[in-house]
Amino acid sequence: MNTFSINQRSELGCAILDLHGELDAHTASELESVLQDLIARENLRIVVNFDQLDYIASAGLGVFMAYIEDVRTEGGDIKLTNMNKKVYNVFDLLGFPALYDILDDETEAIEKFSNS
Amino acid sequence: MSLHLGTNSTYRKTIPASTKNLSEVRNFVAQHALSNGYSRQQISDIRLAVDEAITNIIKHAYNGDENHTIEIDVTFKKDRVCIELFDTGTTFSLKSFKQPNIEEKIKQKKRGGMGVYLIHSLMDDVSYGREDNSNKMVMCKYRS
Repeated sequence: MNTFSINQRSELGCAILDLHGELDAHTASELESVLQDLIARENLRIVVNFDQLDYIASAGLGVFMAYIEDVRTEGGDIKLTNMNKKVYNVFDLLGFPALYDILDDETEAIEKFSNS
Repeated sequence: MSLHLGTNSTYRKTIPASTKNLSEVRNFVAQHALSNGYSRQQISDIRLAVDEAITNIIKHAYNGDENHTIEIDVTFKKDRVCIELFDTGTTFSLKSFKQPNIEEKIKQKKRGGMGVYLIHSLMDDVSYGREDNSNKMVMCKYRS
């Protein structure tokens, strides 16, 4: 069975999503509904922590593509942190590092939001 | 199912065309690649390429209709592993495998079109064809 889950936390005004397991075309809809919900509630300082995410397919990347523009237009951002090398490689192959704020650690993302 | 043809070993799996089965296929391919001595990086590349290919078949060849099947044959040759995927859905074009312009896709609120590029980046040979009224996709990765 596919294992994927998302835990949500709030730190210094940021919404933190902890992703666990494997994110593919089957599990991407869970991430999508969590992001939609945050945006609907105007929680636009979003940090996605990939520390416990073992695997990502392009359907997972597609979810971030769908919402980044709306969030940025409203003055927020979706920052991506704590990726392992395998997961980072997929973002890198597709050129995401030039377009997304991908950081080593969650605390850097929270600091950047606090200073903006 | 394991078929031995000469020095090659082939392992076959047939799944219903649902994204529910993606992890099962990834694990099937990865386990055989591991027992055939492929490196962690190679296995990780193969897992992703197979996932993207099956996802495309489910979405584009079968339009999400789960009442169909996909056959996956994994063959280990001396110098490479080849994965053959068979479906009986609509033949779709996979000609575009240049690097997608993600910035443009974000602006146009489009997603997708990334899987084919990934498959071609991660595997050494990729080809498409028809066999016995099925679409056939073959992707191979060399051992070194």
